Amino acid sequence: MSLTVDSVTKKFRRFPALNGASFVAPQGSFVSLLGPSGSGKTTLLRILGGLEFADSGSVRFADLNWLDMPARTRNPGFVFQQYALFKHMTVADNIAFGLKVRPRSKRPSKSEIQDRVKSLLDLVQLPGLEQRYPSQLSGGQRQRVALARALAIEPRMLLLDEPFGALDAKVRKELRADLRRIHDHAGVTTVFVTHDQEEAFAVADLVAVMKDGRIEQYGAPADVRRNPRTPFVSEFLSV
Amino acid sequence: MKKRYLKPTEDPLWLKLILGAVTIGFIAVLLLLPLVLMFKEALANGLNGFWASMTEPDALASVRLSLIAAAIAVPLNTVFGIAAAWAIAKYDFRGKTFLVTLIDLPFSVSPVVAGLIYVLVFGMQGWLGPTLADHDVRILFALPGIVLVTIFVTFPFVARELIPLMVDQGRDEEEAAATLGASGFQTFLRVTLPNIKWGLLYGILLCNARALGEFGAVSVVSGHIRGVTNTMPLHVQLLYDNYDYAGAFTVAALLAMLALLTLALKSLLEWRYADELAAAHRR
Repeated sequence: MSLTVDSVTKKFRRFPALNGASFVAPQGSFVSLLGPSGSGKTTLLRILGGLEFADSGSVRFADLNWLDMPARTRNPGFVFQQYALFKHMTVADNIAFGLKVRPRSKRPSKSEIQDRVKSLLDLVQLPGLEQRYPSQLSGGQRQRVALARALAIEPRMLLLDEPFGALDAKVRKELRADLRRIHDHAGVTTVFVTHDQEEAFAVADLVAVMKDGRIEQYGAPADVRRNPRTPFVSEFLSV
Repeated sequence: MKKRYLKPTEDPLWLKLILGAVTIGFIAVLLLLPLVLMFKEALANGLNGFWASMTEPDALASVRLSLIAAAIAVPLNTVFGIAAAWAIAKYDFRGKTFLVTLIDLPFSVSPVVAGLIYVLVFGMQGWLGPTLADHDVRILFALPGIVLVTIFVTFPFVARELIPLMVDQGRDEEEAAATLGASGFQTFLRVTLPNIKWGLLYGILLCNARALGEFGAVSVVSGHIRGVTNTMPLHVQLLYDNYDYAGAFTVAALLAMLALLTLALKSLLEWRYADELAAAHRR
């Protein structure tokens, strides 16, 4: 059940966002897509999540032709930079959303959903906040709720788009460690977009450094750091 | 004595008093006074006279016609408004600005012109008129014509209210819903609609108020058949022109009360859901 991204391209109007990006991530690995703004990392993530469509190339995951499936059947756990929590719902309703919209035959019972919400809130270390609204939470708490919501549907793939971009340094560090713990606990394949190299190297098993819609270098953090393969990578990492 | 400093955003007392007096004076003279006088005039012949003018068959017919026209036009414009706002806020396409301008057209065109357009299309000398007459379909000087022009004049209200709201909200929450497995309809019902419900409600109330009160456009296509194609505003004018002042002011007062009821309903809802409203505005 590994993730294979092969020569994916994408153009917006005439601006090329992806110029043939390829990488392979083993099942259960944690991949960071690292690069400056405009390098195509968010576009690639959104293609994996089914929120954008690739012009060419292929993505295989769990022996499925991933690009042919609509977002709602892929069930990726997607976490957005701006949280994208449902403002009018309580924390509990936010987390339960993905379960409540299932067809009746696949929908867990009310008490099961309640239990699931509770254990997810414990997992993201926000016990007891079920009845709060997103507007009553801090940025870090909101992103924890968003993470719990994404995990509620038991995704096989977790996609995070600069999830800590809007948070301060201390909260970022805490959340980063928690994210890694949650990733290991859930056994998902995680793709994590960031422009912060310290973050990427601290948390990931594999780092893909991106530039102009291509993957410049892909490998374990230590290898990439020790042997930058192109001038761009060495320059980007030395900043 | 301690010197008192003004905050940079605070105005001196004399300015506050003047601004307050101007606002209150303006509203009192131009809004409240005429309203009070109208109700006084409507009650000139006592409550019995008011009741008699109100239950007069032609007056009742005009009330019924106005309510029917609004009951058809408002739901249609609600559906249209949501569809238009959705298309404009969520899709990128050529000619979007032009479409927004078109939606605004009824606001900028005089209602009389709106009425005349329909005479051109459906009138006997018009484009579709003769064909429709051959099939015994009556549009002008009948309910369909009145409904059509009412729809025309009121169609920007809901769309106008929703477009900025939905543009501002973006697609984030809908995208989140999709990745969580919600279908398009579930997303609309559970995510989009709750987010826009206040704007939608406000748009509907404004649309309804205008639908009941429209005069110019309806006047052109109605034919002014007393008790048949006269809406409330038209009936007010007819009574007024016949020197039946008590009658005219009675129906006018009724019309004003419908408008006040609309406003009261809106205030009630705002008061009832104040917390939720505040929560939705904070982000």
